[in-house]
Amino acid sequence: MSGEPRAALLVTCFNDTLFPDVGRATVTVLERLGCEVAFPAAQTCCGQMHGNSGAHEEGLALAARAVRVFAEEPAVVCPSASCVGWLRETAPRLAAEAGEDDLVAGLEQLGGRLFELTEFLCDHLGVEDVGAFFPHRVAYHPTCHSLRGLKLGERPLRLLRAVGGLDLAEVDDEDCCGFGGTFAVKNADVSTAMLADKMAAVRATGAEVCTAVDSSCLMQIGGGLGRARAGVRTMHLAEILACER
Amino acid sequence: MKAGFESAAREALGDSQLRRNMARATTTIRARRAAAVAEVEDWEELREAGAAIKAAVMASLPRQLERLERAVEERGGRVHWARDGAEANAIVTDLARAHGAGEVLKVKSITTDEIELNQALAAAGIRAHETDFAELVNQLAGDWSSHILVPAIHRNRSEIRLLFEDTIAAGRRLDEDPVALAAAARGHLRELFLRVPFAVSGANFAVAETGSVAVVESEGNGRMCTTLPEVLVTVMGIEKVLPEWRDLEVFLQLLPRSATGERMNPYTSIWSGVHAGDGPREFHLVLLDNGRTDVLADELGRAALHCIRCSACLNVCPVYSRVGGHAYGSVYPGPIGAVLTPQLRGLPQAPTLPWASSLCGACLEACPVKIDIPTMLVHLRGRVRREVGAPRGERAALAAAFRVLSDRGRYERAQRLRRLGRGALAQLLAAPWSRSRELPEPPPQTFREWWDERG
Repeated sequence: MSGEPRAALLVTCFNDTLFPDVGRATVTVLERLGCEVAFPAAQTCCGQMHGNSGAHEEGLALAARAVRVFAEEPAVVCPSASCVGWLRETAPRLAAEAGEDDLVAGLEQLGGRLFELTEFLCDHLGVEDVGAFFPHRVAYHPTCHSLRGLKLGERPLRLLRAVGGLDLAEVDDEDCCGFGGTFAVKNADVSTAMLADKMAAVRATGAEVCTAVDSSCLMQIGGGLGRARAGVRTMHLAEILACER
Repeated sequence: MKAGFESAAREALGDSQLRRNMARATTTIRARRAAAVAEVEDWEELREAGAAIKAAVMASLPRQLERLERAVEERGGRVHWARDGAEANAIVTDLARAHGAGEVLKVKSITTDEIELNQALAAAGIRAHETDFAELVNQLAGDWSSHILVPAIHRNRSEIRLLFEDTIAAGRRLDEDPVALAAAARGHLRELFLRVPFAVSGANFAVAETGSVAVVESEGNGRMCTTLPEVLVTVMGIEKVLPEWRDLEVFLQLLPRSATGERMNPYTSIWSGVHAGDGPREFHLVLLDNGRTDVLADELGRAALHCIRCSACLNVCPVYSRVGGHAYGSVYPGPIGAVLTPQLRGLPQAPTLPWASSLCGACLEACPVKIDIPTMLVHLRGRVRREVGAPRGERAALAAAFRVLSDRGRYERAQRLRRLGRGALAQLLAAPWSRSRELPEPPPQTFREWWDERG
């Protein structure tokens, strides 16, 4: 890398609106590592919710919007594995099925420049120790899109292990937390049954914080733990990496 | 399926015995499969090969079926073509009648469950005896399959003991030990194997090159049924054909490790036509369509026909392993059922199944022929929306959300008005969400407001 690497933030509508601290933390970490962070303000939503709900036309229109908004950016960073998975994998397939060849090309082009946060840190910047300090016991929940979708593997764990003072616990359960977008409300009962087991696995670690790379899954897990007054809070991985001594 | 997956699943979740049985069984099978798969160095290559063979079959299905027909008939078998379940049932019933069979033996076959062959036979006064242990359990209990491979997975051994003591072992006290339960079933079945000269099976594979049909099983009942009777009728979905004999090498490795976590299944029966003095004197192969060519017409959905019925996707599915199979309202439950049933029956018959998933991807990861079930589910959600329709509230909410999200000005105004938190979509989502989870407090400032302020 020569000079200050530029990173355009795709914050996601979910974080922008409901979890702004995740976006702020991402900016903090990237700037600490010497990146010049840009925030193209025309961005709204990547279309995942519409697309996965079967509203493909709308989902693809929003994906096309993201392609346009980030067209000039050399590197795009997103603190959400599921939004990256949608733009990189699902949307191109649905676009191909709909015969939208230009969009397929645009998405593939964006896909090559689009990084989930831990991909950007570990692969693009080649950093594991981001200079963070967080003296707490932390349970890492591998979200479905990070584990099976993007196959982030050890990246989030390598970043967490390098955090000063952090006592890392892995959750012994790779099942979905039960969020699944509209699944959480359309099949609320099944979603809750899945959440109950996930909460038990998180609590079994004895951790005080549960972290992951998707705010949506954390909203599910945190919503359940909060309702149970479990005394365990949820934080996005970026928020932990943003903490300093 | 009329009631829909949501309500059927809710009911199943309330059954604590079912939950416990399902959790125990799926946890055991998951671990066994993972260990058996990890042993094979070229597992990924095998999956690729399996997927490629299946894709090639679908691209040349008419030709492969004609080759199969020729090869089977050259070896003294007879091939019948059935457009749907009714035709297949009529063919089997007529064959049984022609042989004066008042009873038939059954090898576990989901395809014959799909077409409700046992009911059709019963209507014709012919009694079908299931010979697979779990199918026997279900038949005795008047129950139906909840798992592709382990049809009575929803039952535990004490339930089975009580059932046997009421039926095939009436008047006896049985031990709960699996060996004792198996012995009770064996005593009952052995008499049938020796007495009934007419059997019906399904098929795991059929080889077009040689006209060979293969049944893969664990209990030996399949071997009994395919060798002892005088007449054997196999009902096979047309997608089960494989072009060449050598293709079996791939699938006989993929199937047992994915299905039961075994290196090799205990019994693999392969037969080609009929042979004087050895095995059945008459062999009939019924090739069943029953919606399969409709599935072929869907370019993205057709890979559902690649399924080899291993049920690895069921066992790893966080939804299936909690609700069990009956909630899917079909003999094909779990993730593969959620993509297969709506396509085979037609979307209006099972419109809620494509939503019976959190799209977690565990099924794709486990599938031995790499069927991309998550993408297929999303694809079918789109088709259901377009071809069947969506609930009005949902449609309106998604339309409103799209209007807001597709324009920066509207999006930012909605954020400021907190309408994203209080609008139509949020209203729709809030109630079912809040029954079991806290809703996050809307933050005082959005990310972009903070970014602007920072300058």
